[in-house]
Amino acid sequence: MKVKYFAWVRERVGKAEETIEPPASVRTVEELIAWLSGQSEAYAYAFEKPKVIRTAIDHAHVKSDAAIAGAREIAFSPPMTGG
Amino acid sequence: MISPVTACPVTIRIQEDDFDIAREIAVLTRSRTDIGAVVSFSGICRADEDSAKISALTLEHYPGMAEEEIGRHADEATSRWPLNGVTVIHRVGRFMPGQNIVLVLTASQHRQAAFEAAEFLMDYLKTSAPFWKKEESAAGTGWVEAQARDDEAAARWTKS
Repeated sequence: MKVKYFAWVRERVGKAEETIEPPASVRTVEELIAWLSGQSEAYAYAFEKPKVIRTAIDHAHVKSDAAIAGAREIAFSPPMTGG
Repeated sequence: MISPVTACPVTIRIQEDDFDIAREIAVLTRSRTDIGAVVSFSGICRADEDSAKISALTLEHYPGMAEEEIGRHADEATSRWPLNGVTVIHRVGRFMPGQNIVLVLTASQHRQAAFEAAEFLMDYLKTSAPFWKKEESAAGTGWVEAQARDDEAAARWTKS
């Protein structure tokens, strides 16, 4: 699946997007964040406060317990500050 | 008797270029005689934030989702209020204090619906549309943190 990062999450991860293949045991947004955090220090830093992270699956906001099965694009970001 | 369906054109644009409020209102109301009220809100880059002097503001967005998210809220606004037109323009890029950032126009037969729908759209733009602001000041650059007061403002529109 494609993963996109925005604002300081992007800066901390060090890239705007990538394609990842998490193991089948990773089923929810929460589990994906935990799995990514274990990949490197950059991810661990980006996701150090998982409760702050906002997630969108296929352009729609989702909560941390949302299933990631079938997702084409998952985006992680800080809370929005537009307007 | 079937009541006449009032057309409610919705325009959503995300762009680097500036917008002209008068022109956008003219486009929204052109050839219409059913519009009695247009409310416009424009958000402008401010120089002061918590007493620090802001020299510039950079806005980043999530292409695709930003348009969809604003569209979902524009649809909700048109279902909640009798609107005759909605325009939302959000700029992205780097801005100096005094420059336009966002424009919301809501048109209706009467002012109350237009006022409320404009507030509703702005409250959701600030909290759920995927845009992020980075400030530049003498102290360096930093991402603007989301404000609890913006979440509270958006929460008041939640249907109970």
